Amino acid sequence: MQNFQQLAGKTLFDKIWEAHVVEEITDGPSVLYIDQHLIHEVTSPQAFAGLEQRGLGVFRTQRTMATPDHNVPTINQHLPIQDKLSAFQVQKLTDNCEKFGVQLFGLNHPYQGIVHVVGPQLGITQPGMTIVCGDSHTSTHGAFGSIAFGIGTSEVEMVLATQCLMQMKPKRMRITVEGTLGKGVGAKDIILYIIAQITAAGGTGYFVEFAGSAFRNLTMEGRMTVCNMSIEMGARGGLIAPDQTTFDYIKGREYAPKGADWDQAVEKWSKLYSDADAVFEKELHFDAADIEPMITYGTNPGMGIKITQRVPKLDEIEASGRVTFEKSLDYMGLEPGEQLLGKSVDYVFIGSCTNGRIEDLRQVASFVKGKQKADNITAWIVPGSKQVEKQAQEEGLVEILEAAGFQLRQPGCSACLGMNEDKIPKGKYAVSTSNRNFEGRQGPGARTMLASPLTAAAVAVTGKIVDPREFN
Amino acid sequence: MARDKFTTVHSSAVPVHIENVDTDQIIPARFLKATTRDGFGENLFRDWRYDNNDQPIADFILNNPKYKGTILVSGKNFGSGSSREHAAWAIYDYGFKVVVSSFFADIFKNNALNNGLLPVQVSEEFLAKMFSAIENDANTQFEVNLVAQTLTIVATGETFNFEINTYKKECMINGFDDIDYLLNLKGKIEAFEGARA
Ligand code: SF4
Repeated sequence: MQNFQQLAGKTLFDKIWEAHVVEEITDGPSVLYIDQHLIHEVTSPQAFAGLEQRGLGVFRTQRTMATPDHNVPTINQHLPIQDKLSAFQVQKLTDNCEKFGVQLFGLNHPYQGIVHVVGPQLGITQPGMTIVCGDSHTSTHGAFGSIAFGIGTSEVEMVLATQCLMQMKPKRMRITVEGTLGKGVGAKDIILYIIAQITAAGGTGYFVEFAGSAFRNLTMEGRMTVCNMSIEMGARGGLIAPDQTTFDYIKGREYAPKGADWDQAVEKWSKLYSDADAVFEKELHFDAADIEPMITYGTNPGMGIKITQRVPKLDEIEASGRVTFEKSLDYMGLEPGEQLLGKSVDYVFIGSCTNGRIEDLRQVASFVKGKQKADNITAWIVPGSKQVEKQAQEEGLVEILEAAGFQLRQPGCSACLGMNEDKIPKGKYAVSTSNRNFEGRQGPGARTMLASPLTAAAVAVTGKIVDPREFN
Repeated sequence: MARDKFTTVHSSAVPVHIENVDTDQIIPARFLKATTRDGFGENLFRDWRYDNNDQPIADFILNNPKYKGTILVSGKNFGSGSSREHAAWAIYDYGFKVVVSSFFADIFKNNALNNGLLPVQVSEEFLAKMFSAIENDANTQFEVNLVAQTLTIVATGETFNFEINTYKKECMINGFDDIDYLLNLKGKIEAFEGARA
């Protein structure tokens, strides 16, 4: 690994980026070395096929890891997959990994899960790395102080073939949130709040560093939730400087450095921060005290409000955006100026790479313990990985959740994108802990409202949109 | 792999007058189960184009025979959301060679360029001009000249000079792709690995 220290007056992003540039092309992209490549079944088959056509192998198999997640059923995973196309795609991943010698955590492997849950929990994700995956929420891994971003299939092929990518250097932005979060406000609310402030395109062209006490005080899982959704503001990715919280989380995990290597690694990682005199092209500041439980009302993640607020009125929307705004409300079956509190909901989905980790399940379980889900609610809870599922069983969370009437499913992306059977029916309202409320994202005609696991749990229990702070 | 070379396109355009068109709209996730790159055009804008019974929805622009051409024109922040390259494949496979918008999501732009689909970013004003020109006459002709980096409304001669990275422009014009470039760099990549070990 390169010595990060010699570079002064740099942002954290610059330090990591510069340590990975193999070659710079004048007025063109940089050739960037990739430390870790993550693979799943949906965006990789065409890339492996491309390799084959060119007669190439995987250049660095030890830097490549695969797991199926997007397309897997969440019921009866031990049985053959019913959907023929899904079965074929998952099989194709298995075949490709075997043929090319890539490490695979397959469907019945104890490490299988959503790729962005699996990487961190195995200690594969480490500070200072460059990490890519054919999936936009690769930004999740930035929580460890790494440059992690999503790529397209042609780029997956490039990384398989050469362990490198051609990338234009993005601009740097820093978002600082200082202060203490209010009761009932969590990581998901922070990021939904920021996106609502700067819009779903507000970060386009930038790589974002999240700084300030609000992020410092988050757990690693909370930081992952924040970085996960940095792509939803259009940013290429987001990252947070590693600290003791980061090191404590990584220590002892399967792929983490051990013994003397560990001490050396921590010493190196401790130098990963933005220098005091580092310059960002854009700086934004927010006050943690202004953040409340958030919910989205529209069809992009920037269309979010504090849960106690009303949907904006038409004249509060910029003139050029009104057509889109109206189309969006029409899809959602909502009126401008409408109050969301008290609105009846049909589905609650707790899962995804945003909020399908053990802390999320713990939070939901502790909220619903001794309570019952409302009759009008179908509540799905889908652990982000086999390890999360196992932990939830061992901690007794599964019993609590099932007693409350939640359906516990097996790990995968599930209703986050509705590629498998887990779809929200047309016209139904779902309060979801996932990251995208696009039209049809959770199934054709599905009406998604994004919120935190705590808010989702409160909605499940009351059957309608409710402020989670009303409880206890 | 070598691709078609791109220099100029002269065509009428199809206007999708919507902002924030995300990749889930361009190609819904349930169509991502294929393992080849072909045939995605069939499901381009699937849920706007067809109803639940797979019947074409008459008032969606792609179902209106009045509008045709190899240029897609759309509102700002086109291609946000998922990194699925299938979105670029679907647009290209449908027959478009150029997408025009006043703002593109980063990953989409990369994916398009890697597949011979040219994303042309114009100003809000020029985009509005294009939309109204098409509204007045569906057969309005446009010329996209990659070498000169211009997009022209042929009838009026109004021209927008668009930006494109020099390296990407050369790749498009010559039909090269990034993998060819990287494969030639293997020695340097190995040296880089050796130096940091
Ligand atoms: S959980 Fe959702 S956002 Fe995360 S990788 Fe899966 S589909 Fe993408």
